[in-house]
Amino acid sequence: MSSSYDCVIIGAGMSGLAAGIRLAMFDKKVIIVEKHSISGGLNSYYSRGKRKFDVGLHAMTNFVTAQERGKPFNKLIKQLRIPYEDFKLHPQKYSLIKFPEKELRFNNEIQLFIEEINTNFPEETDGFLKLLDFIKTFDEVNLSNQTQMAKPVVKSFINNESLLEMIFTPLLIYGSAWENDMDISQFVIMFKSIYLEGFSRPEGGVRTIINILLKRFEECGGEIKFNCEVTRVNSKNNRIESVEVNSNEIINCQTILSSIGLPETFEIIDNLENSNHKPRVGNLSFCESILMTDLKPKVLGIDATIIFYNNRPKYLYQKPQTFFDSESAVVCMPNNFDHDEFNEGILRITNIANFDLWNKELNLSKQAYKDKKEEVYKQSRLILEKCGLNSSHEVIFKDIFTPTTIKRYTGHQNGVVYGSIDKSRNGTTPINGLYICGTDQGFLGIVGSMLSGISMANLHVLSPQNSGGLS
Amino acid sequence: MLTNEEVRSKVLDIIADIALDDDVTTIKDDIALRDQLELDSMDFLDIVMELKKRHKIEVPQEDYSHLASMQSCVDYLAPKFNA
Ligand SMILES: Cc1cc2nc3c(=O)[nH]c(=O)nc-3n(C[C@H](O)[C@H](O)[C@H](O)COP(=O)(O)OP(=O)(O)OC[C@H]3O[C@@H](n4cnc5c(N)ncnc54)[C@H](O)[C@@H]3O)c2cc1C
Repeated sequence: MSSSYDCVIIGAGMSGLAAGIRLAMFDKKVIIVEKHSISGGLNSYYSRGKRKFDVGLHAMTNFVTAQERGKPFNKLIKQLRIPYEDFKLHPQKYSLIKFPEKELRFNNEIQLFIEEINTNFPEETDGFLKLLDFIKTFDEVNLSNQTQMAKPVVKSFINNESLLEMIFTPLLIYGSAWENDMDISQFVIMFKSIYLEGFSRPEGGVRTIINILLKRFEECGGEIKFNCEVTRVNSKNNRIESVEVNSNEIINCQTILSSIGLPETFEIIDNLENSNHKPRVGNLSFCESILMTDLKPKVLGIDATIIFYNNRPKYLYQKPQTFFDSESAVVCMPNNFDHDEFNEGILRITNIANFDLWNKELNLSKQAYKDKKEEVYKQSRLILEKCGLNSSHEVIFKDIFTPTTIKRYTGHQNGVVYGSIDKSRNGTTPINGLYICGTDQGFLGIVGSMLSGISMANLHVLSPQNSGGLS
Repeated sequence: MLTNEEVRSKVLDIIADIALDDDVTTIKDDIALRDQLELDSMDFLDIVMELKKRHKIEVPQEDYSHLASMQSCVDYLAPKFNA
């Protein structure tokens, strides 16, 4: 490692890799340092036995065809100069929002969702169409947008509480750091990326995305170091000077892009004098059961790609008082995209979970923790049954991860997936030269975090005098 | 000494690399690039950075408007290429 860099990027998740490509592309001397032995962060992979698993990635949002210019995904790959075909995207069949009384289907064409709303809530069709107009003209990526909660705004278009809850369900669980509501810009981002653009899966899953990014980064001459944890960010006169890695080595640098989260970044700044408020750690974490079955979901009665399951009149998107909330879940069937690359059935059931309880249990006894995981698994089977999965199958493999697993592998405090409720939309921090990218800049999910990395690299490293925004 | 035609071709190479999916062979010189290709402000930033990277040409922000069309690019950049 040479002694001084234009930029050190902390974290080789989606945002760090994307930012790295941009900087390396324009001959900045850049190094990505990653605590773990592999890249991906919240969106990574692992193997058990001979089987390969994805951690994040139920589906990629923001599906568009190569011809739909100017859409986030196409902007993103253009900025990284990666051909569209490389991702081998396969669109979803359809997804389902399943409430006790009603169900709404949607796919990658908004027409289906409009029809479903018209059938189930005919009196709300007009309001929904007006909401669509509002969303289409909203400038959600403007970095100077103020935080404002979305539900009150959406209520001015949608009167029916139940429909309101149904519309919000996928958007909250796929992208809100806030409980039960979300910032209006984030709402519009999620609405467009899920309902107007839609879901797809890259062939090969997470590995495909990561390999594309790593290859591109290396082609551009970027440097990456694994098993390399940033333990301190050193500053002088309020301007960053260097980072300390693995508690011993110093890397000097002009700028830092940190993708590890806002509270996590504050935690490692050496002397934070003039900051009077610490960013808050988010509350929302998840557990997930991954099951492999001998028969495929379609044969067993489920042909949806993703089911947003909720067994209450209202959708409770909040930290549960129990280990996990078994009354709501996201159920993902990776087999049910346009192309099925698997030999077995795969079912992923994700529940909102309480980090503190899991953490306490783990510290008390390994066995108690294991027993709790077994309970998650049992409940996931019941949820599958309620979603219509026929019981005539064998589970040939299962794996369960919890909020403590997420914390262990990504370093996110409280095992949060969508970061802090305090975002730094323009990426700045109290220290000059230290910037935030990824989840806590405010754009999240796979596509969002890559866009975040790109725009923060453009804005703060490539053209400090320029606006560099996404519009 | 680069001719205007050569300058044009160097700019075109850059645009072709940025707008991977656009057909750059039909670009009309007197029409704004934005109106013919799918280029946004982020892409114009890339043109500026590629000029610097490939040809060591600096374009200050107040001069970005000179990159609007192919003709204005050539008019503005030819003296810089030949400086
Ligand atoms: C179960 C699950 C399902 C998901 N499903 C989807 C989905 O279907 N679709 C979708 O779009 N998104 C999904 N996501 C969300 C998506 O994965 C994330 O939004 C995105 O990956 C965030 O990327 P990031 O770069 O902002 O942060 P991260 O991925 O958190 O990257 C931060 C990196 O920094 C590293 N790091 C931490 N501390 C240090 C340190 N001190 N020094 C060096 N390195 C450090 C971490 O190891 C990590 O690699 C899911 C996430 C989870 C957990």
